[in-house]
Amino acid sequence: MEVLKIATAGSVDDGKSTLIGRLLYDTKSLTDDKIEAIAHSSKKKGYDYLDFSLATDGLVAEREQGITIDVAHIYFSTSSRSYIIADTPGHVEYTRNMVTGASTSHVAIILIDARHGVIEQTFRHFFITNLLQIKSVIVCINKMDLVDFSEQIYNNIKTDFEKLVTKSDYEDHSITYIPVSALKGDNVVNLSDAMPWYKGASLLSYLEGLDTLNSHSKIKMRFPVQYVIRPKTEEYHDFRSYAGKVYGGAIHVGDEVMVLPSETKTKIKAIYFNGEQYKTAISTASVSITLENDVNVSRGDMIVKIDEWPKVEKCFNATISWMDAKPLTLGSKYTLQHGVNKVMAKVSAINHLIHTDFSGFDKEVASLKMNDIASVSFQLNKPIFFDTFKEHRINGSFILIDLQTNNTAGVGFIE
Amino acid sequence: MKDLFDSNALESEAIYIFREVVAQFEKPVLLFSGGKDSITLVRLAQKAFFPAKIPFPLMHIDTGHNFKETIEFRDKLVKELGLDLIIRKVQDTIDQGKVKEESGRYSSRNVLQTTTLLDAIEEFKFDACIGGARRDEEKARAKERIFSVRDDFGQWDEKNQRPELFDMLNGQIDLGQNVRVFPISNWTELDVWTYIEKENLEIPSIYFAHKRAVFMRDGLIWSHSDYVYQDKDEQVEQRMVRFRTVGDMSCTAAVDSYATTISQVVAEIRDSKISERGARIDDKRSEAAMEKRKQQGYF
Repeated sequence: MEVLKIATAGSVDDGKSTLIGRLLYDTKSLTDDKIEAIAHSSKKKGYDYLDFSLATDGLVAEREQGITIDVAHIYFSTSSRSYIIADTPGHVEYTRNMVTGASTSHVAIILIDARHGVIEQTFRHFFITNLLQIKSVIVCINKMDLVDFSEQIYNNIKTDFEKLVTKSDYEDHSITYIPVSALKGDNVVNLSDAMPWYKGASLLSYLEGLDTLNSHSKIKMRFPVQYVIRPKTEEYHDFRSYAGKVYGGAIHVGDEVMVLPSETKTKIKAIYFNGEQYKTAISTASVSITLENDVNVSRGDMIVKIDEWPKVEKCFNATISWMDAKPLTLGSKYTLQHGVNKVMAKVSAINHLIHTDFSGFDKEVASLKMNDIASVSFQLNKPIFFDTFKEHRINGSFILIDLQTNNTAGVGFIE
Repeated sequence: MKDLFDSNALESEAIYIFREVVAQFEKPVLLFSGGKDSITLVRLAQKAFFPAKIPFPLMHIDTGHNFKETIEFRDKLVKELGLDLIIRKVQDTIDQGKVKEESGRYSSRNVLQTTTLLDAIEEFKFDACIGGARRDEEKARAKERIFSVRDDFGQWDEKNQRPELFDMLNGQIDLGQNVRVFPISNWTELDVWTYIEKENLEIPSIYFAHKRAVFMRDGLIWSHSDYVYQDKDEQVEQRMVRFRTVGDMSCTAAVDSYATTISQVVAEIRDSKISERGARIDDKRSEAAMEKRKQQGYF
């Protein structure tokens, strides 16, 4: 079954958790015991309605403060596909969570409170969807019930958002606007009677129509070697296969390939999955492969097609989203994890800080603090095999790991 | 040779995670309860490393209050697949005076398992413990990472977790720390059952409808057993039931069911009005029961 991953972004009190709760409730994904628990907690808080945000806010501190702290994953399915929602908080200090939650998403939902319209936070949310190059963006204008379901207000907000779109460099997105009331359920799963002027689809029917495959086939094939399988049993005495996941395109038996960094040319001899052999494996398949020649391959190496070379370099620029309390400074060193490959990296320049409200750059920057986004130059101890993020999401991104704490301190998108 | 390998996104992700564990850690272990989720993990691990053997042992933290069907199943599976199984008993932890048996109406060894688990991790110097927890099970688990770092005391700091981006898993830890790994984080209960059906996996018989001596308490169906506290006025009855989750007997309630085959179970789950953990007595202790147990080092 297909899985569609959704990232959600909204400011505090935009009703994001309520929207998710409504999606779950109206698709009958909430079981009776969960609804009962929500009813019980809502009553305890003195509400006269079901507070669906209680379905998603998982930690004690979140329920106490009525906020979402960390990325939560929520699951529901319809008869046609499964959905995973990465529920990410919208406060300014949690940019890192939205970047994290959105990194694997096919689609982003940006919530706007109809009473407040496009605000500074909306700029940031849209900025991040562009940074991550999420193609489908759904702008949900929520709390329409509190503005008398006014078409005029909806149109004003839509116009404001369209102005924002013109500021973005990323051009591949398709943007959809939907007026909703998450609390009352209008246009979430069921179309609203209160907004006859809205001629589009409900949020769910729009999601149902989206394509998850998102042009994998047009992307160059990259096969980072994760692990070498050597059974050393009698039956498989000299067997040696290379385990990994196919990213982009497809591999076929007989394909002429190149192993990096050794630059050895060879051919794909066989593609294995669980004892069966296959002629072809497509993007996102975890398989293991054997090669025609007896070449030396180990974890971190990359197998590519002979006419699809990636860049092989020790220096590059990347847009960094910084996620650690300890700032990034000029000259500091990190472990750089690019897919399954790890190298040492040194910050050779902080080029400029990027304003997440589309207002431009700061040139003179000494360090990056948590939630900053900036263009940074790196120097590595040995080359990696990469594409730009624009060409290849997986092979164009990396994480930086702090040498002292081992924390994932930031993520990079290669320019 | 077959034509196209038609991969399943969730299976492919889980296999990728298993391979990362073996590549990034020295001493991984798979925490095996004999339940459907850990049986699914074993199947995925086989696929990840085929034709090589699963390159890590299984460990069962035995509360001593198991369903006998689960234990029989566990021993059969381990024998058939030629796996290494480590067993550590909660009874031993009690005998060593490290934990105290609970008493009374809701007594259970569920919480006590944590100490036995942490001791075993230290004894074998395990640096990665693979578990079958899923994010859809429970609210605190929805916040869990795929590689979840635990400190020297086995504790989970839910507000200070490593961000996980794209497919990249950061398994770098200090000596004494360990990582809990959840390869089927993104699976739902229905995904697990559909997989069991598709792969034709054997599972313990208690997952299918059978007649059992039970009694009712707080609207839940409890097993009548030496391990479960029962009031005198709680009447034993014979009832057709099955179990949706398999914990120890004192914390797992049954559900009414006539589903005797996998496909009937799948159909039942699809239409179910009650969540999987709705029948877990351990979660009913409070709204934050799972979060509290996780902070202390629970599975």
